[in-house]
Amino acid sequence: MTTETTEAAMALSAEQRQGLLRQMILIRTFEEAILREYHADKGPGFDIGKGLIPGEMHLAAGQEPVAAGICAHLEQGDGLTAAHRPHHLAIAKGMNLRSLTGEIFGRESGLGRGRGGHMHLFDPSIHFSCSGIVAEGFPPALGQAFAFRNAGTNNIAVTVAGEGAANAGAFHESLNLAALWKLPVIFVIEDNDWGISVPRSSSTSVPSNAVRAAGYGIPGVRIEGNDVEAVYAAAAEAVARARAGEGPSLIEVHTLRLLGHFEGDAQGYRTDLATVPGEDPIPVYRQKLLDAGAVTEAEVAAMEDEARAQVEDAVEHAKNSPTPNPAEALKYVFVEGASS
Amino acid sequence: MSATTENTTAARTSLPLEPPAGTRRLNTAKALQEAIGSQMEQDPSVFVMGEDVGAYGGIFSSTTGLLEKFGPERIIDTPISESAFIGLGIGAAVEGMRPIVELMFVDFFGVCMDQIYNHMAKIHYESGGNVRVPMVLMTAVGGGYSDGAQHSQALWGTFAHLPGMKVVIPSNPYDAKGLMTAAIRSDDPVVYMFHKGVMGLAWMAKNKRSIGAVPEEDYEVPLGKAKVVREGTDVSIVTLSLSVHHSLDVAEKLADEGISVEVLDLRSLVPLDRETIIATASKTGKVIVVDEDYQSFGLSGEIAATIAEHSPTLLTHFSRVCMPDTPIPYAQELEYAVLPTATRIEAAVRKAVAA
Ligand SMILES: Cc1ncc(C[n+]2csc(CCOP(=O)(O)OP(=O)(O)O)c2C)c(N)n1
Repeated sequence: MTTETTEAAMALSAEQRQGLLRQMILIRTFEEAILREYHADKGPGFDIGKGLIPGEMHLAAGQEPVAAGICAHLEQGDGLTAAHRPHHLAIAKGMNLRSLTGEIFGRESGLGRGRGGHMHLFDPSIHFSCSGIVAEGFPPALGQAFAFRNAGTNNIAVTVAGEGAANAGAFHESLNLAALWKLPVIFVIEDNDWGISVPRSSSTSVPSNAVRAAGYGIPGVRIEGNDVEAVYAAAAEAVARARAGEGPSLIEVHTLRLLGHFEGDAQGYRTDLATVPGEDPIPVYRQKLLDAGAVTEAEVAAMEDEARAQVEDAVEHAKNSPTPNPAEALKYVFVEGASS
Repeated sequence: MSATTENTTAARTSLPLEPPAGTRRLNTAKALQEAIGSQMEQDPSVFVMGEDVGAYGGIFSSTTGLLEKFGPERIIDTPISESAFIGLGIGAAVEGMRPIVELMFVDFFGVCMDQIYNHMAKIHYESGGNVRVPMVLMTAVGGGYSDGAQHSQALWGTFAHLPGMKVVIPSNPYDAKGLMTAAIRSDDPVVYMFHKGVMGLAWMAKNKRSIGAVPEEDYEVPLGKAKVVREGTDVSIVTLSLSVHHSLDVAEKLADEGISVEVLDLRSLVPLDRETIIATASKTGKVIVVDEDYQSFGLSGEIAATIAEHSPTLLTHFSRVCMPDTPIPYAQELEYAVLPTATRIEAAVRKAVAA
């Protein structure tokens, strides 16, 4: 964190701060609802293929500051590519909750009409996509940025993945190409200390991916502390730079994975669970705003109520949506014999 | 397995007999771990490398317990750098080690395929036979639990299509141990694909055949030998992996109606046991290929071609129950519409018998 970014954070209005808190509360409320629905029907025992939401489920509880802090600067027309843990980013980017939930439930009302699933969310209206293959969201972000520049807009592309992903070739190739062509891209690394069971110290040769940015000649910052305002401030700089045509930058946030890698992960490999691995950023920020007089208890309660209403509406809507018609399993495939 | 099956199998392929029911039973994952552990004990050049193979024990339990036994020097967690660590395996193999490298899901092969098919698979040939690559690339395949298009593919046809690597795919614990033992001892690169649905994992729906009798001692199931897992006279199902279980379920069910189905477990696509395929085709004259991989340009076409090349008039019926040419859908209703389920297999058998 540079001095200027700290100052920029200081300059946040009460309204902006409330916006950040509201966003994080909405994300958490959503993820809690998905957590509940995911496990509701998995028993007895735990069968990953059972229930209203089968398959792998990667939740982002603890990582809300990244989504809220970065996306606060993005417009609908800006691009965002995410990885296998995408809900917080999707929501902060402005994804319609019903479409998101419908897809997670595998319903016809979902973004991908039940074809994609929770790791494969594609929403052209907000230029959002994600990939279940780690690090493979980096290159398409270059393409989005390329297209925006070609179209003469000042839109930018943001691409987000974990610190584990930053060891894949696609990350390094993308940094180089973006730097070389001065593309308006922001690389965001969510360092939650773990790539499934592998700690950062066993996966990454340097303590920070900000250092790696230097290797490609672009600015890189690492934010410790999982603080939404620090993320907001760093993003302000990077976004301004990208929009001004000055090229890419990298932001790494030292964040926190409150849950297992995926639901059902017993985390037997973790030795830090007994000692709390870190503080939940939402109550921390809430308290900070309360102490600063930027928000009242009543206002926070209203945010929570509003989030719950929105989320439960989306969940109900998904549950009441029709499941896809099995006869249409081949729809949207452009091969011989398939109808489109 | 019935006694008849064991006897016939022994006669046909001279394989070691499976121990009778009632002896020690393991799930497929345990059988696999046992094969790896035993070879590691005997051969210090064997090591395991991949994502989450250490403390986690492999996402699908392929390496559970091995870290405790062999330590982090031989059970090695890697960064998410598939090209680098698979390539490292190749280099180590070239220098005489015997790496077992795990690619967590076969679906991720796209990020590291150059190392696999241009290097692992071609070095032996390009060196005029002077360099061997005794490496096992093991990987999880298959769907059925709504993991979506990037985590559910079988893709064995892709690997079998590209020359230079053996491709083996067990369907049960006995074969899993014997095939892994043979794979580790093989001087050629072997792609070892285990279907998540045959591993017998606690957190996945289990078929009863994913747990079975496994001998404690080492044994090899030879790579390239198919196995008739059920004798029959009316129609042959040629299949592999989880589809063997579905096919046996269907065969058992239809036996009550007097329909006699022969089920052939290929166990290995490279080498492919064409002799046994032709033998079953000659016996019943009706062949159904059940394949969880994509239909076009794949295994089912290869089986058809194998039989036709042997004799264009051998069959009175040929059909296939495959994954249609579509990315694998997420929603359960859609996924089960495209998977080669028992329902689809049964319908195909009835049609074949009526034909
Ligand atoms: C190319 C590829 N390799 C491996 C995986 C399996 N995998 C999924 S998530 C993950 C760990 C990712 O860690 P990180 O990038 O730090 O993100 P986090 O899960 O911590 O958010 C792995 C290894 C994958 N999906 N794609």
